[in-house]
Amino acid sequence: MSIDWAVVAMAIPLLAQGALTSLRIAALAGLLGLAGGVALGLIALGGFTPARLAVRAYVDFIRGTPLLIQIFIVFFGLPMLGWRPGEYLSGVIALSLNSAGYIAEIVRGAVGSIERGQTEAAQSIGLTRGKILLHVLLPQAIRPMTPALTNDLITLVKNTSLLSVISVYELTRSGQAIIASHFAPLEIFALLALYYYLIISVLAYISRLIERKLPAW
Amino acid sequence: MVGPERSSLPAPAPLLSIRNLCKRFGDRMVLKDVSFEIGAGEAVVLIGPSGSGKTTVLRCLNQLETPTSGTITLAGDVIGGSLAPDGTRWKPFGEADIAGQRRRFGFVFQRFNLFPHLSALQNVALGPRLTLGLPKATAEARAAAHLERVRLADHRDKRPGQLSGGQQQRVAIARALAMEPELILFDEPTSALDPELVHEVLDVMRALARDGMTMIVVTHEMSFARQVAHRVVFMADGAIVEQGAPDALFTAPQHETTRRFLAHVRNR
Repeated sequence: MSIDWAVVAMAIPLLAQGALTSLRIAALAGLLGLAGGVALGLIALGGFTPARLAVRAYVDFIRGTPLLIQIFIVFFGLPMLGWRPGEYLSGVIALSLNSAGYIAEIVRGAVGSIERGQTEAAQSIGLTRGKILLHVLLPQAIRPMTPALTNDLITLVKNTSLLSVISVYELTRSGQAIIASHFAPLEIFALLALYYYLIISVLAYISRLIERKLPAW
Repeated sequence: MVGPERSSLPAPAPLLSIRNLCKRFGDRMVLKDVSFEIGAGEAVVLIGPSGSGKTTVLRCLNQLETPTSGTITLAGDVIGGSLAPDGTRWKPFGEADIAGQRRRFGFVFQRFNLFPHLSALQNVALGPRLTLGLPKATAEARAAAHLERVRLADHRDKRPGQLSGGQQQRVAIARALAMEPELILFDEPTSALDPELVHEVLDVMRALARDGMTMIVVTHEMSFARQVAHRVVFMADGAIVEQGAPDALFTAPQHETTRRFLAHVRNR
C-alpha cells in the first residue's frame, strides 16, 4: 500500500475551503452559544423559580442526549414548525443550543463559587439580585470561567464535523466527498485530523494568551 | 488613660428599636429576646464572648438574616415586612423593599468584602450609581469626597488587592458612608487586621462618632469602647446581660459573667 500524494496535493486546498466553513460555523455557534449560555446561566442563578427549573430541565436534556440526535431533531423539527432554515443554519442552531446548555452550567458554577461575602456586601448597599449578578458576580467569574469556556470552544470546533450528517459542506463533509470520488480514505482522514488538530492548537494558544491577559485579583 | 471624647447623650427619641429579637439556627437559639434602643447620634458598642450573638444582631438588622421573631423599627418603619391590615398576619417585604431598607443601614464587614474587580473609587460609587440612580460623574464625585473623608484620596484608582487591610477597611467604610445611611453597623471591623493597622481604622470610626454618626460596633477593642461609646452592651449566650455607660460597665460590672469576660479581655 502506498500513499496517493496526488490526491493529497489536490485535497489540501479543497479541504481548506471546508475548514473555513467549519470555522465560520464554530464562530457563529460559539457566539450564539455564549450569549445564550450566559443568559441561561443567569436565569439559573436568578430568583424566579419556574424559569430556574426550566433551565435546569433544558441543561439536563442537552447533557443527557447525544449531539447527533439533537442535530437531527433541529434539522427535522424546525420544518415541522414551518421554518426551513436549510442545513447550514439548522446546523448552527443545533450547535448553539448545545453549547448554550453547557455554558449555562459553566456560568452557574463559576458565579456560584464566588464568595458569599460579595453578595452580602452588594446587598448591604441596596443592590437587588439582578444588579448583583451583573455588576458584582459575573465580572469576577470571567477569569475562572475562561479555561472551561476554552474547552467548550474546542469541543464545538470538533463537533462541527457532526454536521456532515445533514450535508453541511464543512471540513469533514468535504473530505468525504473527495473520498467518494477518489477513494483514498486514509489519506483524506489523516488530512482531516491534521486540519482539526492545527485549528484547535491555534485556538488553545490564543486562549492561553487571553487567560494570561485577564486580570487576577 | 485617655480622657473620654464623648459628646453629651443625644435626644431621647430612639432611631432604632429592637424588641424581643429571637433567632434560631436549626434547633439552636442564637438570640433570645434581645431588646434595646438606640438614639440618633449614639455610638453603641456590643461586646461579649464569641458565639454570644453579637454579629447575628447586626445581620438581623440589615436583613442578612431573617429574625425568627421580634420587631425592629428604624425611624418608625418596621424592618422586613408589615402586618396585614387585619393586624394578625405578617407579610414579608419583596426584594425591592428589602433592598430599600438595607441601604438605610451601612454595614462594615470583618473581612471588608470589597469588590476586587473595581477600583476603590468604583467600589464606593457603585451603590450611589446603581441604587440611588446618580449619574456616573455625580456618584464618583460623591465617592471621591468619602474617600477623602477616610483619608484615601490618593488611592482612589487602586484595586482592593493593591491596598493594605487597613486601607481596604477604610474603603469599605467609605462605601457604607456614600449611601448616606441613617446608621452604620460595624461587625468586628478590626479583627482581620494586622495589629499595626488597627488604629487607622479606629481613628476613622472615632471621627465618625465625633461627627454624630449613629453606630453599632461589635468589637473586642475595649479601649475604643471606653473612649468612643456612649453605651456598652454586654451579650452572652444570645442575650443581653447588662448595658450601661462604658465607665460604669467597665469599672463596676453588675454581673458575674460580665466580670469574668472583662477579666479575660483585660489580660490580653
